[in-house]
Amino acid sequence: MEEKIAIIEALLFASEAPLTVERIVLTLPDTEKKEVVSLLEGLIREYDARGGGICLREIAGGFQFRTRTDLSAWVRKLKVGHPALLSPAALETLAVVAYRQPLVKAEIDRIRGVDASGALRGLLEKKIVRIVGRKDVPGKPIIYGTTRKFLEVFNLKDLSELPTLRELKDLQEQQE
Amino acid sequence: MSYEIKLDVFEGPLDLLLYLIRKNEIDIYNIPIALITEQYLSYLDLMRSFNLDLAGEYLVLASTLIHIKSKLLLPPAEGEGEEEEGEDPRAELVQQLLEYQAFKEAALSLDKRPLLDRDVFTRGAASEEEQTSVEEADDELIEVDIFELVTAFRRIIVGLDRKEELDIDTEKMSLTDRINEIMERLTEEGQISFADLLGDRTDRKRIIYTFLAILELMKLRMVRAYQSESFGAIRLFPAVEGRGEG
Repeated sequence: MEEKIAIIEALLFASEAPLTVERIVLTLPDTEKKEVVSLLEGLIREYDARGGGICLREIAGGFQFRTRTDLSAWVRKLKVGHPALLSPAALETLAVVAYRQPLVKAEIDRIRGVDASGALRGLLEKKIVRIVGRKDVPGKPIIYGTTRKFLEVFNLKDLSELPTLRELKDLQEQQE
Repeated sequence: MSYEIKLDVFEGPLDLLLYLIRKNEIDIYNIPIALITEQYLSYLDLMRSFNLDLAGEYLVLASTLIHIKSKLLLPPAEGEGEEEEGEDPRAELVQQLLEYQAFKEAALSLDKRPLLDRDVFTRGAASEEEQTSVEEADDELIEVDIFELVTAFRRIIVGLDRKEELDIDTEKMSLTDRINEIMERLTEEGQISFADLLGDRTDRKRIIYTFLAILELMKLRMVRAYQSESFGAIRLFPAVEGRGEG
C-alpha cells in the first residue's frame, strides 16, 4: 500500500469529526488537493469492495468512517439508551429550515400553518438548527439555518445533496 | 367513529386538510370547498368534544375555508375590474397546501436517511454530553445559554402554587440589590445554584428579580452559568479568575 494512503487512513481513523481534504493537505506536505481527493476516492472504493463493517463516507464537507447501515441493529445493542429521535413536528420544521434557509420563524409558521416555536427550540437545543443572524426589517427577527451537525446527523455531504422538492418544482413551473 | 386514534396525529390544520383531501380522494386543484369545510368543522367539533386543546391555527383555517366558500357562492360582481377574472378564491389555499405537502414529504425523506446514532455510527462516538468537558469537573458541566435559563425559570414559575394570593408586597426589592446580593453570595460560596439563590421564599417577584439579575450578570460577563445535564440544576460561577480573593 502506498504510504500516503496509509497516512490518510490513519488520519481518518484518529479524527473525531469528519476530516476535510484541506486538513489532509495541510498534514501531508507536497501533496496536491487533487491527489488527496483521488486517494480518498480509492479508499472509499477499497472499503466498499471489502464489504466489511465500516465504510468511508463524505459527510459535512469532510470524510469519516461510519458503520454499515444494515448493521445498525447490532451496533445499537452496544449503545446504551435510545437515539434522540425527532418528532414529526420537529422533522417538518427542520425540512422547512433546511430547504428555505436562511429564513425567519414567521416563514416556517406560514408554511406549516402552526406555530413552530416548540419544534424550533428543540432543534436549537439539539444543535441541528442555529441562529444565523437577524433580518434587517422592523423587529429584527431572528434568521435560522442548519448546522454542520445537521449534515453529520443526516448523513449528508453538503446541502446540495438534499433531494429536490418535487412538488415545489412542479408548482414553480406552473407559475412560470 | 374510529376517529379517536387519528386525532392527535395531525401536525396542524394543513395536515388535517390534506388528510381530508386524501381520504375523499379529491383532486387538490379542484377542492369541493363545501364538502371539505363541513368535514373540517366536524373534526374540530370532535376535537372539542374530547376536550383536546384546539390550537388557534385550526380556527384560522376554518374561517379561511368559510370565507372561500362564501366567495364561491357570490356571483362575480359585474363591472369589477377584469384583473380578478378567472381568479379562483381557492388558489391561495391550494398553493399553501401543495407547499406544505412538499415539506411534509421532505421531512419523511429526511427521516428515511441513514441517521447518525440510529442507522450509522462513528468510531466510539460519544454523545454530545460526554464530549463537553469544561474546566472544573467534579461532574461534567455544560455551559448553559439563555434557552436553558428560561426553561429553568419557567419550571420554577410553573411550580408555584397557582392560588398564590394577591397581597401587596411590602418588601421593597430592587434589581441592583438583588445583583449585589448574588455577587456577595457568589464571592463567599464560590458557586451557587439557581434554586439556592431563591431559597424557600419562592414568591413570583423574588423569582423574577433573581432571574433578571442573573441575566444582567451574564450579560455583563460577571458570572457564568453551567449545568451538568439537560434540565439539571443550573449553577453559577463568578466569571473572574481568582475568585473571592479580591
